Amino acid sequence: MKTITLQVKPDKGTRTFTLLGYFVMTIITIICFIPFWLIVVASISDEHMVLAEGFKLWPALISFAAYRSIFQGFDSLMKSYLVTILITVIGTVFSLLLTSMTGYVLIRQDFRKRNMVSFFIYFTTLFSGGVIPTYILFVKYLNLKNSLWALILPCLLSPWNIFLMRNFMKSIPYSLIDASKIDGANDWQIYEKVILPLSKAGLATVGLFIALTYWNDWYHASLYITKESLYPLQYLLYRMLSNAEYMKQAAAAGIFLDTVTLPSETLKMATALVVTGPILFLYPFVQRYFIKGIMIGSVKG
Amino acid sequence: MKKLDNFTDTLTKPTLYHRFMKTKLLWFMLIPVIAYFVLFAYIPMVGIWLAFTKFDFRLGLLKSPFIGLKNFDYLFKSGIFGRLLRNTILYNLAFILGGNIVQIICAVFLGEIKNKRFVKISQSIIFLPYFISYVLVGLFSYALFNIDNGVINTILRNLGFVQYNFYLKPQAWPFIIIAVQIWKGLGYGSVVYLSVISGIDQEIYESARIDGATKWQQISYITLPMIKPTFILLVMFNLGNILKGQFQLFYQLIGNNGLLYNVTDIIDTYVYRSLTVNFDIGMGSAAGVFQSVFGCILVLTVNALVKRFNEDLALF
Repeated sequence: MKTITLQVKPDKGTRTFTLLGYFVMTIITIICFIPFWLIVVASISDEHMVLAEGFKLWPALISFAAYRSIFQGFDSLMKSYLVTILITVIGTVFSLLLTSMTGYVLIRQDFRKRNMVSFFIYFTTLFSGGVIPTYILFVKYLNLKNSLWALILPCLLSPWNIFLMRNFMKSIPYSLIDASKIDGANDWQIYEKVILPLSKAGLATVGLFIALTYWNDWYHASLYITKESLYPLQYLLYRMLSNAEYMKQAAAAGIFLDTVTLPSETLKMATALVVTGPILFLYPFVQRYFIKGIMIGSVKG
Repeated sequence: MKKLDNFTDTLTKPTLYHRFMKTKLLWFMLIPVIAYFVLFAYIPMVGIWLAFTKFDFRLGLLKSPFIGLKNFDYLFKSGIFGRLLRNTILYNLAFILGGNIVQIICAVFLGEIKNKRFVKISQSIIFLPYFISYVLVGLFSYALFNIDNGVINTILRNLGFVQYNFYLKPQAWPFIIIAVQIWKGLGYGSVVYLSVISGIDQEIYESARIDGATKWQQISYITLPMIKPTFILLVMFNLGNILKGQFQLFYQLIGNNGLLYNVTDIIDTYVYRSLTVNFDIGMGSAAGVFQSVFGCILVLTVNALVKRFNEDLALF
């Protein structure tokens, strides 16, 4: 059956407004996209052309030399991939387990101290010892320098994710918990058999947020990792870029040039793409979870 | 005997112990989380003591000599602190206001455009910057702004203009940094606002149209007032963090380029440098303590003010 909609002819102001909307959004979209486009084009440009004429929005001469040299120096990149995948997987799994457990306890209305525990967690966002005491704790007292735990532990739990998870779980009808209790399930069984299966969307969203944090982290590596074999991907990229800058300055000052070869401009761009690759590849699939997650998380809970 | 039973009954109104036993499994589930926050958030708070000592890494926290407020004294007198504070606060204000305004504009337009395909593509692309690491953001800015082969300079050269060396020009960076921050947070924020806009009852618009309200009037009298609580909530949430900069953003765009410090140094980058480059633990800690204490006071004050103004908008 066809539904008939009465279309009121949009007035002139509305049409102008819509046109303006298309115009502004097209420009903003292009601005957001250009840097990505730039990196892709730069990575497949010919090095000499880049040095002679600079980066362009369209490659003057296409060359895959940068990708070939990445695969020649494959070893350190592969090691970093392994490190990043390891910390992302371990970190995300443990984080999700702990975050969801906390979320579950905090929605239990018979858990009288839930507000106290919430504040105990929230307070850490309000007030903190800061970077330096944390650094000293990790290095001097826990002896975690050059340990993968120094990359996993700092991002393991975030108050924000815990509250996001709690908000998700609040939308599950509470009577399910009561009913399970009457059926004789204990607190853990309710979590495992009732709450977890019903929180899949929440787990996916928060899990993606956590995984992204781990994948993109270079900061903790810069503090705690000095062994090259333990560099995660982003830190490897950062080292490559910042060393190149340093060497360039040194070369300009006439200190040394022959002994070291600088990573070429196109190689930097190609490495950046290989390092970011999995995110760009997964992006279309995970984006809707993010949008859903943000929409639910933005409701004050 | 009966009497005694009654007597014990009155004694066993749920004690702390009984209440604990009833929820002990829940408490056990919280043990790792509580342990985590104690170890990695509460114990480092003790490290505030660092700011009052002349820290020696070998001696550790407790054995390093106590020097009172000297670190703060050095920091305030060094002349750095004023600019750190100014930069941190001004940048954050610009991020909060600029960011939210652009996000609202995007959300209003995206909510208005009826072509679902256009909305989807546009939303996917403006969300993309949110997903990438700040290292990559740093590389983007390098590819755009560097003097030898950056895109902007390539274009300037081709048009016959003089090249512009951004990395030597402090005055250019406030604009770049603010623009990049808005760029990165745009997707996330506009989704938040869009979710609010799509929650507005369509009938309100319908009746406004019947009353002859133009599009502009509908936006300014319906949409914007409906967004206001979210806007205030987000602004407040961020105001509390106004003394915490976007460390990764600044560090990846500027690095240790001393030429630009005057306009780009914030408390966070200073603390990081004092730990990794200058090894000035004392002054770095002092700056960190200042940040934490005043940040905390600021959140509590702003929250109290908002609570007085409108109970529902307060954070806690």
